[in-house]
Amino acid sequence: MKNPRRAQKIAFSFLFLATLLIAVPVGLIVVIIIVKGLPAISWQFLTDIPRQGMRSGGIFPAIVGTIYLVLGAISFALPIGLLAAIYLSEYSRDNFLNRMVKLAIVNLAGVPSVVYGLFGLALFVVFFKFGASILSGSLTLGIMILPIIITASREALESVPYSFREVSYSLGASKWQTIRNIVLPNAIPGILTGTILGLGRAAGETAPILFTVAAFYLPQLPDSLFDQAMALPYHLYVISTQVPNVDEKMRYGTALVLLVLVLCMNLVAIIIRYQFRKKKKW
Amino acid sequence: MRKLKEFIIEKLILVCGLASIFFVILIFLFLLKEGLALFGTVTPSQFLFGKSWYPISEPAQLGILPLILGSVLVTLGAALISIPIGVACAIYIAEVAPAKTKEILKASIELLAAIPSVVLGFIGMVTLVPLVKTVFRLPTGLTALSGSIMLAFMAMPTIVSIAEDALYSIPKTYKEGALALGATHWQAIWRVMLPAASSGILAAVMLGLGRVIGETMAVMMITGNAAVIPHSILQPVRTLTATIAAEMGEAVVGSEHYFALFAVGIVLFIISFAINVTADLFLHKKR
Repeated sequence: MKNPRRAQKIAFSFLFLATLLIAVPVGLIVVIIIVKGLPAISWQFLTDIPRQGMRSGGIFPAIVGTIYLVLGAISFALPIGLLAAIYLSEYSRDNFLNRMVKLAIVNLAGVPSVVYGLFGLALFVVFFKFGASILSGSLTLGIMILPIIITASREALESVPYSFREVSYSLGASKWQTIRNIVLPNAIPGILTGTILGLGRAAGETAPILFTVAAFYLPQLPDSLFDQAMALPYHLYVISTQVPNVDEKMRYGTALVLLVLVLCMNLVAIIIRYQFRKKKKW
Repeated sequence: MRKLKEFIIEKLILVCGLASIFFVILIFLFLLKEGLALFGTVTPSQFLFGKSWYPISEPAQLGILPLILGSVLVTLGAALISIPIGVACAIYIAEVAPAKTKEILKASIELLAAIPSVVLGFIGMVTLVPLVKTVFRLPTGLTALSGSIMLAFMAMPTIVSIAEDALYSIPKTYKEGALALGATHWQAIWRVMLPAASSGILAAVMLGLGRVIGETMAVMMITGNAAVIPHSILQPVRTLTATIAAEMGEAVVGSEHYFALFAVGIVLFIISFAINVTADLFLHKKR
């Protein structure tokens, strides 16, 4: 270390190298899936049911199942998550209870996904007797994405300047009127971003739905909340490990559809956030 | 009327605010409800330190030591890879990278965080597993090492983003002070910024490892799933999470096997709880 300039050069090259070790594989993964998956994608692949023991045909029921699950999860998690975020940013004081709520959110975010699966099985499938169904799966996924929605919404609410609230109060508005008419509208982009990220997470998770909803093979579409359903991530797991002699193309195609679905949601979230930052009034 | 409406809304908000606490407790209670039933037939020490896991043999042997060691081995491997690389990448993004590169790097880290674990597991199966097999001339590439590499990769987004936040939130005056004393940029990072950000970086590492221990699908797809006590990182192993995911489908509700898998869930829940509470303490120490 006699020459600090040289030490810096060496250190920075190592940092750069480490960064490449992460960034390059990420790029490679996406490129491999796109290049190998694209030939599998056809109108038939997207709209047909799986045929010949899932070795040919399409993945339509899995796509539909995933959409149902995601919608179910969000319609459960968004109202609760949003109200919880309002509680944390507008109502709670800096006390023990508040600290406990925050700790609970951190823990909820850290519970392994397969433990959510166990919990969903014990509570919804067995205890409430919903059986393995879209309802059980949606509720399980909903609780899992709750921390994502709460954290993002809370940040969005807290970033609305305090002066906005003061002006509203000074005009005689009550606390709830202020929240509904002033704070919420200004926080919507942030809340939306968090919601979409939650959707993406719910769409991609496999372990929580393993025992709560996922069907190995189901040639027809589910027609009630109490039906089992196929789901994209589980389908990918099944055709890559459980079913022998599946054409590589089918696997890559399924992976590509799942990846595109999840990345599109993330992209939308990023665009909303970006637009919002540009237009921000404060 | 309006008063009443506001009253109801405020109570509803309070209830939802406390929902997270409620759900954490609910999860734990239901794991306990199903898992503790096991200890009527098996003692806790037989369960935790039993050397064999043969849940469907007669009589069933339900010792999870091989599974715990499997999880520990894979996690240690992932930690060795992901901590240095992740922290280095965080430093690069926070301090060295030019603005444009920084945005691209941050986007690719977010991209990595968004890729579903089953997709990463699949990619690991078709690329990493054959590679490990040929490089080490093994009968199978489904080993703890493959799992460690893949999991290290999955821990990166957590480690990088939280460590970067920690570096970013150090007061600018620290760095400026060091530079004013004639330190090079690297000396300022190494001697001043890293020590100042140490508790945040520690939290980043812990949360990253929490993600690794809890990861299920990718690990199940590429570690080979052999529930034996591992002697080397080049052997197939089975983790706690993979055991639940792989076996719960076949376990009959209410059987000893079913209870045992819930007991494994309790172990996982307690581990993740401990990690998250400790990491939270480190994150708050910073302020």
